[in-house]
Amino acid sequence: MARSRRVRTAMALMATTTLLLLGACTKGSEAPAEGQLYANPVTLTWWHNASDEGPGKTFWQKVATDFHTAHPTVTIQIEAIETNQLQRTRIPAALLSNDPPDIFQAWGGGEIVDQVEAGYLKDITDQTKTEATNIGSSAAIWQVQGRQYGLPFRMGIEGFWYNKKLFSDAGITAPPTTLDELKQAVDKLKAKNVIPISVGAGDKWPAAHYWYNFALRACSVDTLKKATLEKVFDDPCFVKAGSDLKDFIGIQPFQPNFIATVSQQGAGSSAGLVATGKAAMELMGDWNLGVMQTLAGDSWTAMKPNIGWFPFPAISGAPGDPKAALGGGDGFACAKNAPAECVEFLKYIVSPAVQKDYAAINVGLPVAKGAETGISEPVLQSILKATNEASYVQLWLDTAYGSTVGTAMNDGIVAIFAGSGTAEKVVDDMKAAAKK
Amino acid sequence: MSRTSESVGLADRASARPARPRPTGGQSTRAARTRRKWYEIIGLTTPALVVYTMFVLVPMGFALYYSLFRWRGAGPPTEFVGLRNYRLAFEDPIFRDALWNNIIIVVGSLLVQVPLAIGIALVLNRRFRGRAFFRLLVLVPFVLAEVAVGIMWRLILASDGSADTLLRALGLGGLVRGWLSDLPLIIWTLLFILTWKYIGFAIILFLAGLSNVPHELSEAAAIDGASWWQIQRHITLPLLGPTIRIWIFLSMIGSLQQFDIIWVVAAPSTRSLGAANTMATYMVDNGFFARLWGYGNSVAVILFGISFVAALLFQRFVLRRDIEGALTGRAN
Repeated sequence: MARSRRVRTAMALMATTTLLLLGACTKGSEAPAEGQLYANPVTLTWWHNASDEGPGKTFWQKVATDFHTAHPTVTIQIEAIETNQLQRTRIPAALLSNDPPDIFQAWGGGEIVDQVEAGYLKDITDQTKTEATNIGSSAAIWQVQGRQYGLPFRMGIEGFWYNKKLFSDAGITAPPTTLDELKQAVDKLKAKNVIPISVGAGDKWPAAHYWYNFALRACSVDTLKKATLEKVFDDPCFVKAGSDLKDFIGIQPFQPNFIATVSQQGAGSSAGLVATGKAAMELMGDWNLGVMQTLAGDSWTAMKPNIGWFPFPAISGAPGDPKAALGGGDGFACAKNAPAECVEFLKYIVSPAVQKDYAAINVGLPVAKGAETGISEPVLQSILKATNEASYVQLWLDTAYGSTVGTAMNDGIVAIFAGSGTAEKVVDDMKAAAKK
Repeated sequence: MSRTSESVGLADRASARPARPRPTGGQSTRAARTRRKWYEIIGLTTPALVVYTMFVLVPMGFALYYSLFRWRGAGPPTEFVGLRNYRLAFEDPIFRDALWNNIIIVVGSLLVQVPLAIGIALVLNRRFRGRAFFRLLVLVPFVLAEVAVGIMWRLILASDGSADTLLRALGLGGLVRGWLSDLPLIIWTLLFILTWKYIGFAIILFLAGLSNVPHELSEAAAIDGASWWQIQRHITLPLLGPTIRIWIFLSMIGSLQQFDIIWVVAAPSTRSLGAANTMATYMVDNGFFARLWGYGNSVAVILFGISFVAALLFQRFVLRRDIEGALTGRAN
């Protein structure tokens, strides 16, 4: 008796193991989408990066619910994942496994090129002609060789967020429009013992954005376009960007210990320094208003009227287009084998009505024409105006060049901030990374 | 790695324990007993072996395979480059910084924690009021989650954080440094945090080791006129040897693979500048963030190779007597 029980136990153990193995290896296969739209019930899995509790996350939930109400055959399953985890590990791994989410966050630029080359994304050119036209030029960031593979829902250019009160206290009458004026403003603020500019160099990209802007001023638009397409960085303007940056760091415009300051966490972060009135300026994207509001807490009501925005100043005599601006956005793409309803949902997300509601929650600037009226914040309206007036919007260079060259570039720029890097080494490292 | 093979060994020994003799004897029973023994061995080790194979050996094989490709993670790896990724890693000064930082953490942890932990364990081994409380207290940092510890120290050591405020309040404002921003200093700040976090583990292990030292020995020595110090030096410490050696082994492997606390405490910029990176953070920065998957795998293989060789050498030359029989259990 005892013996047979043991044997049975052993066999049960083995059976469990086998079952576990089988469970791990079999993958639920979805029935292929076929026939008419909304004819069969489908479930769309949706991965987005609004993982923090807040207006963004609530908004996407509402969008999914509304779409399901309008089209009851479509059920949307949301998974909200922190942006780095989502973009660096979850999406690439899911795409490799051939079981990706149907609709997911896409940065555009260099990354989408890789994904299209690997055959991961659905070509939505024909279905989204109206939407792409309504969005305008920024839709091109989600195109590869003229075909559309995703659509943006948020887009904005960056500039300096500044404290009007600290400016007037220091005797600065108008926001700087040239680099020389910016340098003079830095001197005046220093004389008042105010941190002129805060920079979150600890996160690398906020520091790198200075180099991007200097490159935007030093390089012609053609050179920038060629660099994005061909990953060629031979033009001396890229080295010039580094030496201009070195000069600018030389006037010591930043807070102490800036090399390890993070950009968005805590009152000591670069955004926190502006939000609490300790620093006068920060170069940052359109999302910074929401970040500062979170960091300032209760004191935001008093601080908010003081906050203004101006674009990155022109550099006199520089060959780059002074009206060109640096910016970026967020979009969504459909997986290649996603049901046709995925594209309909994507179109719904970027429709003017939904975009107007998105604009109203003040977490980013909408892209669709007809949504502008949803923006209530004057400062965001001024960014939208500047975005529309920009002669050319260059996508963040690290996104445009893809993660590999982008990371090497940002690391090299941070080394300039740390005092150990050189303008030449940034470009050398970018070239080496392109081959890595 | 070593933990899993240990548990396999344990299961092996447990099942190999001779069964209690049963009243019915004879040839057929012995054969049945042998058969039953094999059922047990297979039944009890199969789950462990399957899990070990699936989640350790197979991924290791994949890592080795992927490390030979120039592969960015989109589509299957196709561009075979041989050992190029390994050469690139050793040519990268930032990787050499990471390796050097790992060595600082391995050696620094041993030099600081061994004497400190032995001292504290010896004190906590004596009888005094509140001993249980202090024993509990030294273990607190060890049981806290790594990420929580990291965030806590990041806040304390931020510029104008509570550490700086405390120093200024004590009139030691001259000692204030950029604990996490002064590049050459950061690795030492991190070593301090790691020591704070993990010394409780060393102390608790040493206390367990001390409780195994027979009381009669020190009593006899005391009767012979040995002082407390002499007893510790000539009786307690030599008998604590196996525990200390095991701890050194665990500490060394942990230090080589250090990732989470540094990832949370140090700013990304200080990692890419080589001031606060380890091989593991370098692997994630390059594998996932720079999206060099093949290259990242080669760094993983290097990290594994170094840890594996270190573990083997340590087991072969230092732990030989301590683990005799444990990994090479004789069949009976």
